[in-house]
Amino acid sequence: MADQIEAIFAGFGGQGVLFAGKVMAYAGLIAGREVSWLPSYGPEMRGGTANCSVTLADEPIGSPLVLHPNVLVAMNQPSFDKFLPEVRADGLIIYDDTLIAPASAPSKARIFGISATKMAEEADLGGLSNMVLMGALWEKARFCAEGDLIGAVDECVSASRQALVEKNKRAMMLGMEAARLI
Amino acid sequence: MTRKVLMKGNEAIAEAALRAGCRHFFGYPITPQTELAAYMARKMPKLGGTYLQAESEIAAVNMLYGAAAAGVRAMTSSSSPGISLKTEGISYMAGADLPGVIVNVQRGGPGLGSIQPSQSDYFQATRAMGHGDFYLPVFAPSTVQEMADLTFTAFNVADEYRTPVVILADGMLGQMMEPVIMPEAIDPATLPPKPWATRGHEGARAHNIINSLHLDAQKLYEDNVRRFATYEQIKRDEVRVETYRTEDADIVICAFGAAARIARSAVNAARERGIKAGLLRPITLWPYPADAVKALHAKALVVVELNMGQMIEDVRLAADGAFPISFFGRCGGIIPTPDEVLDEIVRIHEAMEDEEGR
Amino acid sequence: MKRGDEVAMTQSTEKAVFTRPHALLPVVTNYCPGCTHGIVERLVAEVIDELGVEGKTVGISPVGCSVTSYDFFGCDMIEASHGRAPAVATGVKRSLPDRIVFAYQGDGDLASIGMAETVHAATRGENITIIFINNAIYGMTGGQMAPTSLPHQVTQTSPYGRDLETAGYPIRVCELLATLDGVAYLERVSVDTPKSVRTAKKAIRHAFKNQVDGVGYSLVEVVSTCPTNWKMTPEDAFAWMRENMLTYYPLGVYKDVQAEGFANAAEAARARAEGCPIACGEGVR
Repeated sequence: MADQIEAIFAGFGGQGVLFAGKVMAYAGLIAGREVSWLPSYGPEMRGGTANCSVTLADEPIGSPLVLHPNVLVAMNQPSFDKFLPEVRADGLIIYDDTLIAPASAPSKARIFGISATKMAEEADLGGLSNMVLMGALWEKARFCAEGDLIGAVDECVSASRQALVEKNKRAMMLGMEAARLI
Repeated sequence: MTRKVLMKGNEAIAEAALRAGCRHFFGYPITPQTELAAYMARKMPKLGGTYLQAESEIAAVNMLYGAAAAGVRAMTSSSSPGISLKTEGISYMAGADLPGVIVNVQRGGPGLGSIQPSQSDYFQATRAMGHGDFYLPVFAPSTVQEMADLTFTAFNVADEYRTPVVILADGMLGQMMEPVIMPEAIDPATLPPKPWATRGHEGARAHNIINSLHLDAQKLYEDNVRRFATYEQIKRDEVRVETYRTEDADIVICAFGAAARIARSAVNAARERGIKAGLLRPITLWPYPADAVKALHAKALVVVELNMGQMIEDVRLAADGAFPISFFGRCGGIIPTPDEVLDEIVRIHEAMEDEEGR
Repeated sequence: MKRGDEVAMTQSTEKAVFTRPHALLPVVTNYCPGCTHGIVERLVAEVIDELGVEGKTVGISPVGCSVTSYDFFGCDMIEASHGRAPAVATGVKRSLPDRIVFAYQGDGDLASIGMAETVHAATRGENITIIFINNAIYGMTGGQMAPTSLPHQVTQTSPYGRDLETAGYPIRVCELLATLDGVAYLERVSVDTPKSVRTAKKAIRHAFKNQVDGVGYSLVEVVSTCPTNWKMTPEDAFAWMRENMLTYYPLGVYKDVQAEGFANAAEAARARAEGCPIACGEGVR
């Protein structure tokens, strides 16, 4: 994986793409790196597609807007189709194959389909497919130490909702295990 | 919260304002500044402060006027179209010498424009935040850390000079998250008293009047002259600017706020190609760091803005013909890429080499 | 002459029966002969004196003929931009909740350009006092049609009389505000006779006292004259006012939550919301 990570998390509003991006950014912060997180905002937030740019770097970050990612996490077909051609040749794509048909466009990037929605539902973790994908992404990209990623979940979920913290972590573990097998 | 946390720019402004002792916030919803108001709505009741959603931006700025007259630290925030509505009240604040902080998280214009990031209110912020002869300090943060630090500073500057102060941010800085370390909180009770404020005279002094009306022309003239003397002091003491790799630079980019972030990436990329590029980043847009521009030893300046070319006028005034100056910008909410800015640097560099070769 | 000197001189020889209120400064006003601003401002000052609150009162002057009233009142004063006095008053009151905050506004200021601020300060139930001078005309700019100018009233900008087809109808402010739950007290008065002046004083006192007691938003509308711009003698102006204004804008109390048996505006609002669970605070965390 390249030293500087420029990631796009994309999907429908409500799938938790902004949250997943925030967890990655927080993990980078805990790891002592320069980080930025930039959401798409406006009407898109309200029911349409949503995405965010996350950058992890060792130098101060210039533009936080990622146009040509080396990491793409796609949670729906329109986002997958839209961003796939932009992913760099040395990049990494993680997508939810419960909801997305395999790539039609060729890409030189490494590409992994994870049945995130299905896995989350079967594990009674409905709505946490974003964190399943997050776990898979970490397994394939290792952009920080595992402890930093766990710490990031603690930071991103309010302490008052402890049950949710544990669920998020379990979803992430599911994703890590699944990614290890492919 | 002295440790580093990840925060949205809009929320960093709000938290820094609270830490600066601001307990009165008057807002009205508009994208892309809404998180700032929402943060205040969450926090103010817990601090015993006031979050008030006004009926309009006009009402909000006049509530700010009232709170400032009452001598408390207060703030309002909006985005471009809403700021236009506030300019009447800001002019009155300037005329009545009232301190207060106004945040503009800019979006594209004119009119309803777009909700995407923009720097198209530079002229408004630095030239015309309302009618009449006045200026006000304008801070242009470029990182989420600066959103916090400059907001804290803005309250101090506002009180010191008795002037409204503008934080000129944009949708990108407002919406993005970066690590930030918050300034230490001030207890508002420990702030210096404001003997001019209208808080009730308690029989201990003559009545105070907060007012911008002078029916006597001579008095209004003298009032303006006095205020402009204060402006000279602000120009002397409050100019802020960052220079990056400008010492030996042939080509210097002038950019502020979000545009400066992109420019910095382009400067680094140009250096990797052996082009001596640098960045001059004004942090105060008024007063403008004209001396820093004059002190450059560049062969060419490129002004990069998220508009059709506004700050370039201040660069030209400062440079006074000393350098060739060109403009590169995008507007309407389009953010130029570092590569596009790099291409511009390379183009100018090649033109310079051709010139020297001839 | 310093404040209070003339009182001292009078007292040295005779018992003073009529003096300038302390809260009114000995300065020359800019009002025309026959104008009622002077009467109303005096009443406000008398009430401030009687309640003993001058030292903790902050007044807001409007844009209009009473724009320079910040020079007349002895309490701390703020000059607001046109129509925004209720917003400025809100800013002061929220910053200094134990202060007495009043705004003094005319009809163009309050009911035209400032209608949004008027309605919203009222519906928020700001614990402030508004003194509203309704003389059916823009005085300071030279007699233009106001939001309260009567149908067919001739003004500089309705030279053929207020045309209802093009200019619509006047606004009855007390009636309009009476529908709002945030309001504690509304009364319309006049100051054309000694008796009406006494009634007006009582209303103004009630409006200030309400604020002292935390009862809520109170407004007193004073139906007034503008002899200069109405182009009448003061006497004729009063006669015209009685005949035309008071029939269109009837005097009286339009809302008084205390008279209805409630302690304050909030209590009255709750009673009115009876049957609406969320408005009555049921199930609210």
